[in-house]
Amino acid sequence: MIATTAPHLVCLDDYVPILRAQEIDDLRALAKRLAGRSVQMVNSTAVGGGVAEILNRLIPLMSELGLVPRWDVITGGADFFEITKAFHNALHGVPFEPRPHDFETFLACTEQNRQRLQFDAEFTVIHDPQPVALIDARPPRSGHWIWRCHIDLSRPNEGVWEFLRPFVCKYDGALFSSPEFSQQLPIPQYQFFPCIDPLSDKNREVEDETVREVVERFGIDPKRTILTQISRFDRLKDPIGVLRAYQIVKRYDDCQLVLAGGSASDDPEGGAVLADVREAAGNDPDVHILDLPPSSALEINALQRASTIVIQKSLREGFGLTVTEALWKKKPVVASAVGGIPAQVIHKHTGLLTHSVEGTAYQIRFLLANPALAQRLGEQGHEHVREHFLITSNVRRYLALFLFQAREN
Amino acid sequence: MAANIRAKRPFRFSTASYITRIDNERAMNLGQLREGLARCSDASVFYHTFQSLGRHHFLTEGFSNDFAQWVLAAVNLPGLAEQLGGLDIRNYVDLSTLRSDALRIIDEFCLAHPDDERSPAFEPFYFLSSVEVLVPLGVEAWTLDEFRYWLERASHTSFHFHFLVSRLRLHLQSNDFSVWFKEELGLERLARLTERIDICTDTLEGGQARLVALIERELAA
Repeated sequence: MIATTAPHLVCLDDYVPILRAQEIDDLRALAKRLAGRSVQMVNSTAVGGGVAEILNRLIPLMSELGLVPRWDVITGGADFFEITKAFHNALHGVPFEPRPHDFETFLACTEQNRQRLQFDAEFTVIHDPQPVALIDARPPRSGHWIWRCHIDLSRPNEGVWEFLRPFVCKYDGALFSSPEFSQQLPIPQYQFFPCIDPLSDKNREVEDETVREVVERFGIDPKRTILTQISRFDRLKDPIGVLRAYQIVKRYDDCQLVLAGGSASDDPEGGAVLADVREAAGNDPDVHILDLPPSSALEINALQRASTIVIQKSLREGFGLTVTEALWKKKPVVASAVGGIPAQVIHKHTGLLTHSVEGTAYQIRFLLANPALAQRLGEQGHEHVREHFLITSNVRRYLALFLFQAREN
Repeated sequence: MAANIRAKRPFRFSTASYITRIDNERAMNLGQLREGLARCSDASVFYHTFQSLGRHHFLTEGFSNDFAQWVLAAVNLPGLAEQLGGLDIRNYVDLSTLRSDALRIIDEFCLAHPDDERSPAFEPFYFLSSVEVLVPLGVEAWTLDEFRYWLERASHTSFHFHFLVSRLRLHLQSNDFSVWFKEELGLERLARLTERIDICTDTLEGGQARLVALIERELAA
């Protein structure tokens, strides 16, 4: 087992070698005007998934900048999270027939959380649909309420969206990871990228020795080509499609495929998808399906660094932080042109975009045949992430948003 | 001696942060891009040209503005993309002229290639705009030497704000730096050389380093 870094409180100055001191000074200048002002973040899981990862770092950094942030996680029973998972899939466009009982359970759980939590911050940011109805807990003439939607809303299930939309309309603004997800709403809508933390175990520099040790522990040959998709075992990440693309590439190039996924406490569907993927892979010894526990950040880091090419063949995607992670590690990325991915993968500049299994296989083969191009894409992808998708950029955007909201009122 | 000149008014460094607003306009083909470009706000034209360059400054080849990139990647028209990419934002003192020129290029192309006007794009073009939040950094320079000191310590965003965004505010073919060099220090040559720094083919970091080098030469003269 690899030891993760000893827990130490990351501070802004730790980012100076990555960003330049000037960028950190800018953050401090922006934050000065918000000193002492309260911020509340609310989401549905403390562990697993991109939102929890972001909040884990965002809150301490805001605190260091002089704001008074707080993070609350809503609670609910298995029935609530099954319904919200179904809503989640339906909002991504998966067919779903909501029953009145689903809405009642959703509202009953919201009410319990409304009674349990306190809402007195100047800036309240509610993440994703699960806690969206908490807007009804907003005290009269209180602070600013923002809904941050991390998921792909481009083709939402009508029944679910019609239920959620009246709640969204009560907010002061909505934040989407891509303009494609925006909706006809009477409130201002903004593009807001999620982010990664370059100092976290998942993204920090690791020694080659560690990378090799992890890869070998999983039975992967580090000397041969490694194609990797890191994602939850979720149908919308299309792991079977990745498998098919790999099988096409394999006809021409010797390679291995790694499908590695974590799990989140609000996703009850992962087990069934994992079983389907295992069945589809059959007995191919070059396919490595890794079901990783939530504490596998360093393993994921090492797998990404060991990869020749990183794939993200999602059918729908909120943003795709695994793409961001791969780009940060200067990896050439072949990814579907869905959701927030085109914001990260600028075709032929920071990676290659595809629209099908065959296209994915073709672009993988193209990069394997052109390693110099693959390297250039990886390096430009790294710069793109440094500029836009690091936690510090996220802090900056939130500060600007809060200043703007305060100015508007 | 440039080093001995003291300005009557200091140069005050600021930084700007931007929030991207999603406008309710999208284009699914070249014709719709043209229609959207004709009616979108000035803020949107600004976002897709001046700010696009700032957002992608690390790409020094093949990327100039969002319109050109979309025409290349989503409608696969490299010739038109090159023409749109050739619009040099430093030549423009107002957004309406920049908008007119982009529209003229698209119109001429559509006239010559009418079949391409309604060909569906691989992905839509979304018209966006941005909200600026300006924050003074609380540092000021009275001399060229002090200016160099703070310029070396300025963020990319601050450099971008004073060097590029300022052009629209000033309605001049200039920038904050050149105006201060000329009006406060009387250094017309340095002002002119600063205006010539080509940010379209260099990174912001490169442009900033070039300006520092120009100032050092001026101080050494």
